[in-house]
Amino acid sequence: MGKTITEKILAKSAKKETVVSGENIWLNVDLLMTHDVCGPPTIQIWMDEFGKKAKIWDKNKVVIFPDHYIFTKDEHAKRNVDILREFAREQNLPHYYDVGTEKYKGVCHVALAEAGFNIPGTVLFGTDSHTCTSGAFGLFSTGVGNTDAAFILGTGKIWEKVPESMKFIFEGELPVYLTAKDLILQILGDLTTDGASYCALEFTGEAIASLEMYERMTLTNMAIEVGAMNGIIAADEKTKTFLENISDVEYEEFRSDDDAKYWTQYIFKVKELEPLVAKPHSPDNTDTVRNVQGAKITKCYIGSCTGGKISDFILAAQIMFDEKVKIPTFIIPATPKIASQMETEKYKGKKLMDIFTEANCTIAPPSCAACLGGPIDTTGRAVDNDVVISTTNRNFPGRMGSKKSGVYLASPLTVAASAVKGMITDPREFLI
Amino acid sequence: MNKILKGKAYVLGDNIDTDQIIPAEYLVYSLSDEEESRKYGQFALSGAPPKGAGLPDGNIPFSSGDNNKSEYSIIIGGSNFGCGSSREHAPFALQKAGVKIIVAESYARIFYRNSVDGGFVVPYEAVEKLSDKIRTGDELEIDFETNTLINISDGKEYKLNPLGDVLPIIDAGGLFAYARKSGMIE
Repeated sequence: MGKTITEKILAKSAKKETVVSGENIWLNVDLLMTHDVCGPPTIQIWMDEFGKKAKIWDKNKVVIFPDHYIFTKDEHAKRNVDILREFAREQNLPHYYDVGTEKYKGVCHVALAEAGFNIPGTVLFGTDSHTCTSGAFGLFSTGVGNTDAAFILGTGKIWEKVPESMKFIFEGELPVYLTAKDLILQILGDLTTDGASYCALEFTGEAIASLEMYERMTLTNMAIEVGAMNGIIAADEKTKTFLENISDVEYEEFRSDDDAKYWTQYIFKVKELEPLVAKPHSPDNTDTVRNVQGAKITKCYIGSCTGGKISDFILAAQIMFDEKVKIPTFIIPATPKIASQMETEKYKGKKLMDIFTEANCTIAPPSCAACLGGPIDTTGRAVDNDVVISTTNRNFPGRMGSKKSGVYLASPLTVAASAVKGMITDPREFLI
Repeated sequence: MNKILKGKAYVLGDNIDTDQIIPAEYLVYSLSDEEESRKYGQFALSGAPPKGAGLPDGNIPFSSGDNNKSEYSIIIGGSNFGCGSSREHAPFALQKAGVKIIVAESYARIFYRNSVDGGFVVPYEAVEKLSDKIRTGDELEIDFETNTLINISDGKEYKLNPLGDVLPIIDAGGLFAYARKSGMIE
């Protein structure tokens, strides 16, 4: 019986000939990522368990990105970044990207990609549920809590249950009005938020092959929303080209055998799909944009690890070009690199930054910002009875701030179209 | 681990996500500072929408206020309990509030791992859905040896799935204790 890409990577990491789904194994971790929310408690547990004077397992394999609560006056949030800074200094960490310095890299999952940490065939753990994003590069990546991360910090090892794999084949050429966000919302609507609990999601097919790396990351990013352990797309020429420009690390490519065993397999013909939204208050509460066309909204938000990448802003700019937004609209690039790309990247001869500024959008500095609400002074935070349409990944009750608010999740095209019209709007009105 | 645990039930529905268990704005507080970490008990489950808080009636506050503790030590949940973010602050907050056991139909992976590996609460899986059979305030008794839940308030008995592979970690009190016991770390 053949093996899936996830099983092959996990077997290599566990130094085993082969692994089977359902089996608990101990993995050797290639990279551990943490940030300002879960880093400080992780460090505390590590110190309590191994002693203050101890050294971590491998300083080259730990990456720390302050990114969640960055541009805030909240003293506790600032204290947490101080803890990271002090730890990085004590342990002499080469991969600490401090706030307020040139090293600052913004939102962790996008920063990992930009900085060349997503190496195909490796095993990456992070103290963030969206760590699954990195799977777009053909590696095993998943989120864990502070105790597990502290254990990795001390030993480089962690237990994991080998997941069953689910295969999603997207056939055909992606129409201009559809994005990776619509594809993952389609899966969410079909499977619901626990439809893939403890599973590996494998994405393949012509439409996936045509996606750029940053669009692929939107798919793997939201694997956790279906309850999955990881999302994965086998490395190909696009992956190779992306990595060639930023890294000289050699890697091993894995792909699933033709006779690999899958728990289930889904085939989508992309031409039959439509732009989708997830209505309040769950990512699986999906509907076509067409069905909610005209629904009232009070805010638009384009940002986060899911929807604040350069690819997302290129999509949004196509619609906002020479238009004005009718309701408050927030543009929050995930990373400083994206913010600078917006100054050079052009659509119809105009810089993206100028397109958004002229459309009267509010542009804020790169961080996780209001995707998860955050401290009271966070830019774009939902207040009172706000109804937000957002390119982010979660819309559980209170996710973007106020407990009375509601959030629609949608593609950057749909959010941009809705911003220009001041109500939920199908992007096909602008693109066809 | 004691053989039997008794406590009062607090009943919640499906898909209780980590933002409901502990809203993101409170994650700035220290988990190790004794005084500061009490806030986690105070704000545990404060993000749950009122009508779903304390089923079947709803509108029952989980935390009683000043002492940062809850009178409920057993949570009854539906499917996909603890979905959403990876924040370990979620099972920590429930433990701080006094919760010992959760009995849910199913769990999100990271929440389940965090509960076990951090040694915060015992995540039992019910064989059948219990969130529509048990009422908030019911007196429950859980037997770890026979994996059963008895509702003392109405005398009904329910089977729970054995804890399986993770039982040795739960018995040890968490991942680090387990690893020391088994000689993995010193």
